[in-house]
Amino acid sequence: MGENGAGKSTFAKILAGVHRPTRGTITLNGKPVDVTSPIAAQKLGITLIHQEPISFPDLSVAENLVLGKADDGWFSRVPWAQMTREAKALMDLLGVKIDVTRPMRGLSIADQQMVEIARALASDSRLIIMDEPTAPLTPREVETLFVIARRLRDEGRTIIFISHRLEEVRALCDRVTIFRDGNKIATEAIANLSDADIIRLMIGRPFKEYMHKARAEIGAVALKVERLSVPGLFQDISFEVRKGEIVGLGGLVGAGRTDVARALFGVAPAASGTLWVDGKTVSINDPSEAIALGLAFVPEDRAVAGIFRTLSVEENITAAVPKQIAPSGFIRRAIERAMANDSVRRLSIRLASLRQPIGELSGGNQQKAILARWLLTDPSVLILDEPTRGIDIGVKAEFYDMIGELAASGRAILLISSELPELLALCDRVLVMSEGRLTADIPRAEATQESIMNAAVPRRVAFEGAAA
Amino acid sequence: MSTLRSILLRRESGIAVMIVLFCLAVGSVKPQFLTLDQLRIILLLTPLIMIGAMGQMLVIVARHVDLSIGSMLGVSAMVSGMLYRYVEVMPWWAGLPISIAVGATLGLGNGLLITLFRLPAIIVTLGTLSLYRGLTFIISNAKQIDRQYIPSELKALSQTSPIFGIPWIIFIAFGVAILTYLFAMHTRVGRQIFALGSNPVAAPLRGIKVTQVTLLVFAISGALSGLAGILYASRWGFVNPSNTGAGFEFQVIAAVVIGGASINGGVGTVLGTVLGVLLLGCVAAALPLLGIPGTSQAAIYGAVILIALVIDRSVRRQGIVGLKRAGA
Amino acid sequence: MSTLDTTPSTPVTPRWQTLLIRPETMTFLLLVVGIFAGSQLSPFFLDINYILKSFTLYSELAIVALILTMVIIAGEIDLSPAANMALSACLFAWAQASGIPMPVAIGIGLAAGLLMGLLNAWMVISLQLPSIIVTIGTLTLYRGLAQVIAGDKSIRVPEWFIGVDKIMILGIPLPVVLFIVLALVLAVILGGTIFGRQIYQIGTNETAARYAGIRSARIKFSLFLLIGFVASVAGIMTASRLGSVRYDLALGGELQMVLMAMLGGTYIFGGRGTILGTFLAAWLLVVVSTGMIVANVLPAVQLVVLGGLLIVAIIATNLIYSRTQR
Repeated sequence: MGENGAGKSTFAKILAGVHRPTRGTITLNGKPVDVTSPIAAQKLGITLIHQEPISFPDLSVAENLVLGKADDGWFSRVPWAQMTREAKALMDLLGVKIDVTRPMRGLSIADQQMVEIARALASDSRLIIMDEPTAPLTPREVETLFVIARRLRDEGRTIIFISHRLEEVRALCDRVTIFRDGNKIATEAIANLSDADIIRLMIGRPFKEYMHKARAEIGAVALKVERLSVPGLFQDISFEVRKGEIVGLGGLVGAGRTDVARALFGVAPAASGTLWVDGKTVSINDPSEAIALGLAFVPEDRAVAGIFRTLSVEENITAAVPKQIAPSGFIRRAIERAMANDSVRRLSIRLASLRQPIGELSGGNQQKAILARWLLTDPSVLILDEPTRGIDIGVKAEFYDMIGELAASGRAILLISSELPELLALCDRVLVMSEGRLTADIPRAEATQESIMNAAVPRRVAFEGAAA
Repeated sequence: MSTLRSILLRRESGIAVMIVLFCLAVGSVKPQFLTLDQLRIILLLTPLIMIGAMGQMLVIVARHVDLSIGSMLGVSAMVSGMLYRYVEVMPWWAGLPISIAVGATLGLGNGLLITLFRLPAIIVTLGTLSLYRGLTFIISNAKQIDRQYIPSELKALSQTSPIFGIPWIIFIAFGVAILTYLFAMHTRVGRQIFALGSNPVAAPLRGIKVTQVTLLVFAISGALSGLAGILYASRWGFVNPSNTGAGFEFQVIAAVVIGGASINGGVGTVLGTVLGVLLLGCVAAALPLLGIPGTSQAAIYGAVILIALVIDRSVRRQGIVGLKRAGA
Repeated sequence: MSTLDTTPSTPVTPRWQTLLIRPETMTFLLLVVGIFAGSQLSPFFLDINYILKSFTLYSELAIVALILTMVIIAGEIDLSPAANMALSACLFAWAQASGIPMPVAIGIGLAAGLLMGLLNAWMVISLQLPSIIVTIGTLTLYRGLAQVIAGDKSIRVPEWFIGVDKIMILGIPLPVVLFIVLALVLAVILGGTIFGRQIYQIGTNETAARYAGIRSARIKFSLFLLIGFVASVAGIMTASRLGSVRYDLALGGELQMVLMAMLGGTYIFGGRGTILGTFLAAWLLVVVSTGMIVANVLPAVQLVVLGGLLIVAIIATNLIYSRTQR
């Protein structure tokens, strides 16, 4: 177990040969081994089951089971009959009803996981790593998975089960290892730990005193959301953000926080629900409409949704304000240069030249440039999705100052963050999402790492709408 | 019942139904369309396209496209033609392995450019389409290889028949289709082509040697174009530097996409492709009977490609929706 | 320039160096070499009129290649404009030959071009099909329809309509003037307007462009319409130059157009390229082709050279860009 970014998945991928470790050795059955590739891992009897299983959707279930297993010659025959027979036997062994001759495409996630497990059995894996396998499953599917996992354990196989869900870990596991910030914190028999112990171990980092938010005048409601839903992603999300207020949105990865932000900004509009901006009902179906209404969104994945890597810093900064730099359609270089220069100075972006490609800047400075882009639109509502991810400590502090100042200037800020100290230091209120629903609205005075984590960790295994 | 249903739902049945409906429709206007003689005409229109389509299907399954097949056909036919003309002692059958080898080499050239420099297949093969066509002119000195130089045994492949009055060339085409089926469905590397096209990111994780498989696919496409080249010489009795194989790529791509191969890779069947070829053959045979000039063939190929694309997309859409529902 | 008192986060390549390894520089150097080599072959080469006259043979393709450059920068491709030229020209010629007044016939040709662009745009943007395959399909369709209309015959245009390439403006043939003017206009649009800026942004990172509120679908749609329309203009110009129209007008022209864009340093994966590059590349192509004709190189070898050039051009451009990317 461990918080977001604690290093659980990376660790699992190293064991499975997807990534190579820079240091250290892996000992398997008392012998040091070198896991050079996923194929090598398979030969060693290690199988990693991803949350979203890797599969070849156009090939049959049986083929997916054996692909990559036998590497005899290119032109050797594919023994279809034997393959199908063995695949059926494996499915029977697992007690699942999947037609092995059908293509993978169209199979539910749960069934795809079963195929992955069957693949582990087909190569007689002794070590099976499951990376958050239950997140997309319905309660019944989880139960089936557990029955099978227990049986595999009883056969003498080792299972590493990575999960956010306390109940599940309790129900399934014998021992629990807790990761935090890329370090192993503790390994303990699960029976010896209470829920509170586990949460404490997960979050118990030395609390750094960050720059607290400057007290800002909290004004009228700037953004109001009621019963926002996207089937399969999140349900019935209602909240409001006022001018000058910083509202945190906490939760574990996959809780649906980014999906809410994307819906608000019109990237992937919500299926139902009502939105108010500055007291007026609005519908937002495209980011350009959101921008026109005074919304701004600093997305989570800078490289994918933020920067134009090969274009100049200047162009990146002014990308969202075409009307300002080109009132008549023709770009006014002087205006653009002045705006970009001004931004660089305000946010103290470190660069050699405004003309240099933004890809040459450090991550923190790229992020500042993206923030600068949005500040130029003079937004009344600013949505920040993990704004300080992958940014070093010094620049982080600058960001915290900036976010505080932005609120002080009367902007409403919705801050999505997986870093609890960040939420605690900056926010007036912290909303918490868990599995697509809002589970808590904690005022600043009551917000602690424990209270947030308590609301974020799913307690009930039940979540009907999980993948509806 | 469910077996019947799944058979009916397959793409191949759709094309088969289209062929039947088309033939009945034409036959109701021109009854002579539904005769055995006509079947022979239809079959004779198809062997080259069928052979080319088998290679192109594998390329499309691997998520690429090969525009240069017509030019590879031209070069390999011309090389054999020149040898027939200038090398007295060359036995008539030698043209077959020679053309296939020439085609395979050219195809390998495409594959190397694509894998070595990570270039998009479409641009590379657009370039080699022109480059290989130019080669045909150079080796032939821009002159046609006339009838008298093509060995009569070779020509006989398209005229004489071992059985039922069906010429050898048609048996060769169906033989290639069967071999392609065996290769695609029953060898490891054949399945790896499908896996690669189905999920290129995951392919190396499962130990698939992406570069080698890609090279093989383009070499096969070249080799089959080479075979089509020598059979062109057999069928038409000449090799012309500018006409031989020109526009071949569009006929072949049309046949493959209507046969159900998905441009998104991973999907394609030999049966579907064969039916796609036959459908095009029926259309081509029906045009003169209906008094439609042969010049409208190309337009029909184009329309067929576009319609197949739209169908492919709507099928895929349903697939995605289905996936979401199944995940509920 | 540097009013910023900041420390560089990474060493920055000097300006001259970035200028030197631009693909356009490569194109320009090749052009100079080409003209020099050509002048060794034949004194004609130093005769500007001879080069201008040669250029008229390629001017229609070059005009369309300018728009194609923008399409490729936006991250798409269009292989159908040469076929579009043929169909527009055939429709136009057929219309005027069957007695429809000339202005209306021209209107029909242009409208057809726009419609063809619309079909491409609809399939690529509205149906979200890959432009590569779509335009292979429409290339076959448009060329095939041209064949349906014209058959194997050629349709003549009236005497007075022939010879757009003989009209001189300041001693320069009209098609070349059009090419130069269009290049200037497009260079200003691509380099100086927000529309041009957003084309680069879409081609560089379409997701980021969408997040920044850029309407990428709208821009791409308009580009496909534009290239359809310009192709039909080019088709009618070709009809005037040749005096008659056959279905195989500009056959294989897609290769030359893509080649001009690639030789000019347009990046096949989008986001990079300039009108200047394509402009220079068009002249380069004319010099190379004319040089080969002057040197009595077989037309066949010319095909090899064109195909080979295309492949060398993408390899070179990719290498240059992957170097500057780091």
